Amino acid sequence: MTTPQELKQRVADLLAAYPPESTPRQDFLDARFDAGLAWIHFPEGLGGLNAPRSLQSVVDKELTAAGAPDNDKRRIGIGLGMAAPTILAFGTPEQHQRFLRPLWTEREVWCQLFSEPGAGSDLAALGTRAVRDGDDWVVTGQKVWTSGAHKSQWAILVTRTDPDVPKHRGMTYFVCDMTAPGVEVRPLRQITGEAEFNEVFLSEVRIPDAHRLGAVGEGWKVAQTTLMNERVAIGGAEFPRDGGMVGVVTETWRERPELRTSELHDRLLKLWVEGESLRLVSSRLRQQLAAGAPGPEGSAVKVAFSELNQAASGLEIELLGDEGLRYDDWTMRRPDGVNFLGREAGYRYLRAKGNSIEGGTSEVLRNIIAERVLGLPSEPRIDKDVAWKDLPR
Amino acid sequence: MSDLLYSEVEEDLRASVRDLLKDRAEPAALIARTETAEPYDLKLWRTLAADLGAAGLAVPESLGGHGASAREVAVVMEELGRSVAPVPYLGSAVLATSALLATDTSQAEVVEKLGKLAAGALVGALAVPLSTAPGAEFPSTVTAAADGTLSGQVRSVVDASVAELIVVPAVGPDGPGLYTVDAASAGVTVTEAISLDLTRRIADVTLENVAAKQIAGSSAAVSALDTALLTAAGLLASEQLGIAEWALTETVRYLKERYQFGRQVGSFQSLKHRLANLYTDLVNARATARYAADCLASGDDIAIAVAVAQARNSPIAVHAAEEAIQLHGGIGMTWEHPAHLYLKRAKSDEIALGTPGRHRAALAPLIDLPA
Repeated sequence: MTTPQELKQRVADLLAAYPPESTPRQDFLDARFDAGLAWIHFPEGLGGLNAPRSLQSVVDKELTAAGAPDNDKRRIGIGLGMAAPTILAFGTPEQHQRFLRPLWTEREVWCQLFSEPGAGSDLAALGTRAVRDGDDWVVTGQKVWTSGAHKSQWAILVTRTDPDVPKHRGMTYFVCDMTAPGVEVRPLRQITGEAEFNEVFLSEVRIPDAHRLGAVGEGWKVAQTTLMNERVAIGGAEFPRDGGMVGVVTETWRERPELRTSELHDRLLKLWVEGESLRLVSSRLRQQLAAGAPGPEGSAVKVAFSELNQAASGLEIELLGDEGLRYDDWTMRRPDGVNFLGREAGYRYLRAKGNSIEGGTSEVLRNIIAERVLGLPSEPRIDKDVAWKDLPR
Repeated sequence: MSDLLYSEVEEDLRASVRDLLKDRAEPAALIARTETAEPYDLKLWRTLAADLGAAGLAVPESLGGHGASAREVAVVMEELGRSVAPVPYLGSAVLATSALLATDTSQAEVVEKLGKLAAGALVGALAVPLSTAPGAEFPSTVTAAADGTLSGQVRSVVDASVAELIVVPAVGPDGPGLYTVDAASAGVTVTEAISLDLTRRIADVTLENVAAKQIAGSSAAVSALDTALLTAAGLLASEQLGIAEWALTETVRYLKERYQFGRQVGSFQSLKHRLANLYTDLVNARATARYAADCLASGDDIAIAVAVAQARNSPIAVHAAEEAIQLHGGIGMTWEHPAHLYLKRAKSDEIALGTPGRHRAALAPLIDLPA
C-alpha cells in the first residue's frame, strides 16, 4: 500500500535527481515515467506504482509546487483518456512496453478512428473492412470526426472483420500507424471556420497482427472500454465555482454594467445555479470514485454540461448586443483543441453546439441512462440478429 | 472539502426511518386520512420523533438531543419527502427547534422547551407565514405590549394546528423580540386553513393579549429568526430531493409494468428521454441538497449553499411530480393514486421559505452578480 508520505518521498527523490530548472522538459517527463509517478494507478514498470488513483493529486500537487514540467493534457488527451486504458486492459505485455511510455511522455500523439460517415452514434454499424493477409491485416474504409489525426503517430481503430455475423460480433480493434502508406488525412472544416477535426481515408493500409488489441471479433467489447473511459474523463472533470462558460459570461456581466437587463439577470443567475450544482455533482462523483464506489452519474453530467455550455454561450451573445452580431475571424485554422477562452463570443456559441454531439450525443446518452441506470426496456431492435452485410444502409 | 456522500450512520438512520414510514404511511392510508378529523398522524409522529429520536438530531446532548447535525436531519427530511408522511417535522423539529437553538441556550425557558421538543414530547411551530424567505424583513404583524403580552395575527403558519408550543417573532416597545407562547393559553386562536398541501397543513394564529416569555431581543431575535429560516430552507431541499426520488422511482416502475401498442410503455424513446432528464435533475438535486446540509453542519458557505439548493431543487421537485402525473396517464390524474399528494407537497414547498426567484435574487449580491 502506497501512502501519501511515500509518494512525497518519491517525488522529492525525482526532483533531487532531475532538478526541473536544469533538466530539459522531455528528459524530466521520461524520468517521471520511469519513477512510476506518471499515472500512479498503472502497474510498476509502466509509469505507475499500482497505487490508488485517488492519490495522484498528491504527486501532481508536489510537482506543480516545485515548478516541474507536465505533459500537455490537451495535446495528448485522447492518448491519455482513451487509448491508454484500453491498451492496458486488452494489450499484450509487448504492446504495453511499446506504446504506453511514448504515449505518456508526449513523444507519440494518438487519435481515435471510430466514427464513420455512415456510423456515428450507431458505432457498431461501421463498415471499414480489415481482411487478413498472412501476418498482416489489410484495412480499407473512411473515418470521420478525428481530432488531431494530422499530428498523430498512432490511432486506435475499430474495423469490420466479419460482415456475415450481426454487427456487434464481427468487429476487431487495432492500433494503426498513422504514417503507414495508404493513410490519408484531410481537414474537416466546422461551423466555426476551424478545422479541429479530420476525415481519414484508409486505402489498403497494412497493419501487423501484432497490433491487434483483443481477440478477432471482440472489437465491440474493446471499444466499450474506450467509450466508458471517455465518459469518465468527461464527467469527472474538476472545475471551480464561477468557472467554465458560466465564468466567461459572469466576467462580462461584472465588467460591462451598461449591458445589463433584468431579464438577462435572472437567466444568468439560473445558469450560475446550474453551473454550481454541476460542480457539486462532479465533486460528488469524484468522492464516490475515491471511496471505491463509482456511480453511474457520468452520462448525466455530460448531458447537463453540454446544455449549460450552449445556454451560457447563447446568453453571452445576447448580452453583448451589437457586438454579438460580429465574429472574430472566419479564417480556417488547425487548432490543437478547443480554446473557448482564446476566441470571442461567436466562436464559443458555435463551438458549444458540438458539445451535445461529440463524445456521445445527448440522445444516445439519455438512452444509456434510461436503459442501464433506470433499467427501462430497450427499443425493439431490428438489427440484432441480422448479418451486418444485410442491414439497410 | 465538504463531504457530499452519506455516512454509514446516516444510511442506518435512513433505513430505520424508511422502514417505519413504509409500515405506517402507506399511500392509500395517507389519502384516506386527509379527509378525516385527524389529518396529522400524531402516533406516527411520536414514534418517529421520540422512539427513533428524529426530533432531537440537531440538538446537542447537553440540551437533551442526540448531538448529530443538519446532515442527519436532512436524511430524515429526504425520507419524509419520499413518503409525504403527515407529521409536523418541518414546523417542530426544524423551524421551532432551529429558532430556539439560535437563541441563548443557557436560558431556563429555552433549555426546558428545547429538551421537550428534542424528546418529541412537545410539538412546536414558528409563527411566520410558511412563504417567508431567509433574509426577509422581521415580521411586525404581532406586537408585544409593555407588559410582555402579545397581540396580532400570523397567517399560513405551518403545523400550527397541532402545535403545543408556538415561537413568535413580535415587535415591542424595545424593537424586535422572539417569544415562546403556550398554544393552550387564553387568547390564542388557531384556525386551520384549507391547505393546497393535504399532508402538511397551514393555519392562521391569532393572539389577543397572550402571556409570553421573551427568549431573544433586538438583533439577537432578528438573527435567531433568520438562522431558523435559513436552516429550514436548506433542509427543505432534502425533502424536495425525496419527492423527486419518489416521482422518478414510481414512474419508472409504472412504465415497466404498463403495456400500450403491444410494448412496455417504458420502451418508447420519447418517454425514456424524459425519465433520463428526471434522473439528471435528481443527480443535481442530491448534490445541492447534500452540500447545503453539509454547510449547515460545518457553518461554511451557508448562504450560497442554501440559495443554490432552493433555487435548484424547488423546480426540480415540482417538475418531477408533474412528470409523474403526466407519464402515469389517466391514473395519474385520479384522487386514488398518490401522485397528487406529491404534486401538492412539491408546489407548496416551492413557495415555502422563499420561491426559487427569491433565492436567486438573494444569491446575486453573494456571488457578485448585481442587477
